[in-house]
Amino acid sequence: MAEDTRAPKPAREHRDVWITAEEAPDWMSHSTDEGAQTMRLDESQQRLVEQMGVRVADDYVLDDQISEDERMIINMGPQHPSTHGVMRLQIELEGEIVRRVKPIIGYLHTGMEKTGESLMYMQGGTNVTRMDYIAPLFNELVFALATEKLLEVEIPPRAQAIRILMTELNRVASHLVSLATQGMDVGALSMMLYGFRERELILAFFEKTTGLRMNHNYIRAGGVAADLPDGWEEDIAEIVEKIPIGVADYEDLLKANPIWEGRTRGVGVISAEECLAYGITGPPLRATGVDLDLRKSQPYSGIEQYEFDVAVGSNGDVYDRYRIRVQEILQSLRIVQQVANRMPAGDYRTDDRKVTPPPRKRIDESMEALIHHFKLFTEGFKVPEGEAYVAIESPRGEIGCYIVSDGSAKPYRMHIRAPSFANLQGLPIMLADSLVADSVATIASVDAVMGDVDR
Amino acid sequence: MTEVPINGAEAAEEAVEAPPRPLPDHPTLAGLLEQFDAVEWRLSSGQDTAVVPKSQLRDFALAARTAGFEMLVDLTAVDYLRVRKIRFEVVVGLLSLQHNIRLRLRVPVPAGEPGDDPTVPSLVPVYPGANFFERETFDMFGIIFEDHPDLTRILLPDDWVGHPLRKDFAIGAVPVQFKSSPQVT
Amino acid sequence: MDQAVTPPGIILTSLGKVANWARTRSMWPATFGLACCAIEMMAAGTAHYDLARFGMEVFRASPRQADLMIVAGRVSQKMAPVLRNVYDQMPEPKWVISMGACASTGGMFNNYALVQGVDQIVPVDVYVPGCPPGPQSLIHGILTLQNKIMSGEITY
Repeated sequence: MAEDTRAPKPAREHRDVWITAEEAPDWMSHSTDEGAQTMRLDESQQRLVEQMGVRVADDYVLDDQISEDERMIINMGPQHPSTHGVMRLQIELEGEIVRRVKPIIGYLHTGMEKTGESLMYMQGGTNVTRMDYIAPLFNELVFALATEKLLEVEIPPRAQAIRILMTELNRVASHLVSLATQGMDVGALSMMLYGFRERELILAFFEKTTGLRMNHNYIRAGGVAADLPDGWEEDIAEIVEKIPIGVADYEDLLKANPIWEGRTRGVGVISAEECLAYGITGPPLRATGVDLDLRKSQPYSGIEQYEFDVAVGSNGDVYDRYRIRVQEILQSLRIVQQVANRMPAGDYRTDDRKVTPPPRKRIDESMEALIHHFKLFTEGFKVPEGEAYVAIESPRGEIGCYIVSDGSAKPYRMHIRAPSFANLQGLPIMLADSLVADSVATIASVDAVMGDVDR
Repeated sequence: MTEVPINGAEAAEEAVEAPPRPLPDHPTLAGLLEQFDAVEWRLSSGQDTAVVPKSQLRDFALAARTAGFEMLVDLTAVDYLRVRKIRFEVVVGLLSLQHNIRLRLRVPVPAGEPGDDPTVPSLVPVYPGANFFERETFDMFGIIFEDHPDLTRILLPDDWVGHPLRKDFAIGAVPVQFKSSPQVT
Repeated sequence: MDQAVTPPGIILTSLGKVANWARTRSMWPATFGLACCAIEMMAAGTAHYDLARFGMEVFRASPRQADLMIVAGRVSQKMAPVLRNVYDQMPEPKWVISMGACASTGGMFNNYALVQGVDQIVPVDVYVPGCPPGPQSLIHGILTLQNKIMSGEITY
């Protein structure tokens, strides 16, 4: 790891850009040739490490050594179909080669952390679930876990199993969207249709269980909002049966497709050291060979009792990230199957009356229960003073929630550590010295959700 | 929010448990904290927390990285306006993959003179990944990170005035017409 | 068209009808996906809901080729000038659907960061409620817009 990345940057030579210096001055002539993208396959690890933070600066200082007609700064976004939302990139180009990239974000800034300070813990779920809107249940889970850590309540095993079931299904849905949009960006439009086809299965189950297709506010402090619907076993069985068939379709479509491989192999490379230095987690980190998966290393909600493997890549390129997402879909379905097989009986929320309202039946019978219910939903429950940080593994990496409580019913400070926000820092490194046509594939492979980035 | 004298309560607590300096159980953490006399260790809802004076922040972060904390996962701040004597606190989350532990750094940052923003040394030289997080914290709290390579607004428009997550910044709600709520700020 | 014998004035209004019919049957939306609603907009465009049945599936990335802007998601203060810019680039006649609670009113986020209703920036023809509205709601909103154009309620 470089000691001081802010040291004055050495002026870049044109021929420095390609990794082996032997490729000397005629680099420009074949940079747009077919196969030029695979040049990065030969890149040495050493060279990748050198790249870290040195070549890609976050500021735009024009380099006088580049002649005017070769250097061009183009603006991509914020309204661009393949930035997956409203991200804007300033890309400095020399010919067709991307030299420097500056992501400009904030076009979806919603002030959710400020809003979160004015909502009670019970209402907070509606707020956080709208952050990472492709994987909303993970936001809810991490917020609920952080609140529960301060409350120190026990969560019954059934509630934990439902949480794991729902979040793992959400991971599948999220990866399906990621694969679908990535396919569309690279030109495999059928992938878009297939991915959304399978996703509808899961969303239908979510709608049945939570009442909404997205932004559920289902996982709350103390458990979940409602028990699983009648006949959920059949729904899960259908999902577990049908999605692998869909995944087999994607494998036929993409896995050994020479166009797909040509567009993704050796593209958007980032090394493990760079990932760690820039706080990049999730599939981009695992694609470099680091098996950091919080489900294994710091398990939550009893996920340690289920068997699954962590998919790890080796090259850290777009293709590896794609492979990891496909494998994670299958592994998540494996977890879902196991949860469904041994779903514990019991209550779906804690019986700690400080947090959960009395059951519906008691409200009809007892005045105190009615008052209790009313007070809980108007005043909220008080959370002991303190601070807590909880992190879980979202489809995009480590999502964390930092809550500071002052003992009242609303958080004093609520902060979400957004995985997309940190992963986006790697984009300048992945894009540096690649072809401009590859930028779309690389952006898609990071799978940054702008709602998560900007909050 | 009511004004809770957290500061006073804490000071009293510290006086009681003062003499032998508490150190964490984990040998890596204990070794790390032993190097710095001014750093206090606390256990905050099960999480090892180090309260680091801002003058030692960068040295401590460097030592932490050497001790095995490869990754800076989170950096944010909290505004304790009228709650604590020292107004801001920068909170850093570190993760060690090899030891599989987390460490939270809390850096009290006093508010500057009126018209002068609070400052804290930047962690970008140690952890390049602090870049976006520090820009966000600057954007939201107005804390200046010294030596940051590009400390500009990241989420809000460049011409924005104010720092929204400060407690003295109103949420900026507009009155909703159909209920003419009087308490809207 | 069946009134060819009537005086010329009638033919002119009929031509307007023909034009409206043509406009409704191949309305090209601009992809203005912002947040959660954009995902539902994408879902509406794919096989399961199949917006193509209504001649609307051609989502254009360039506003210059589009005549309907579906504002799908929350509009921040930073995005507002961009949104207006995109709207201004669209050729006439053009329509706007405000999709979802956030675009219509700011939704649950009544705070400093969001524009409280996209109708403060651009004229809106149809508001689609929901958070997010399901693809069915969006399709219903689009059909409502088509009916409004056909009936001459919105004129150009």
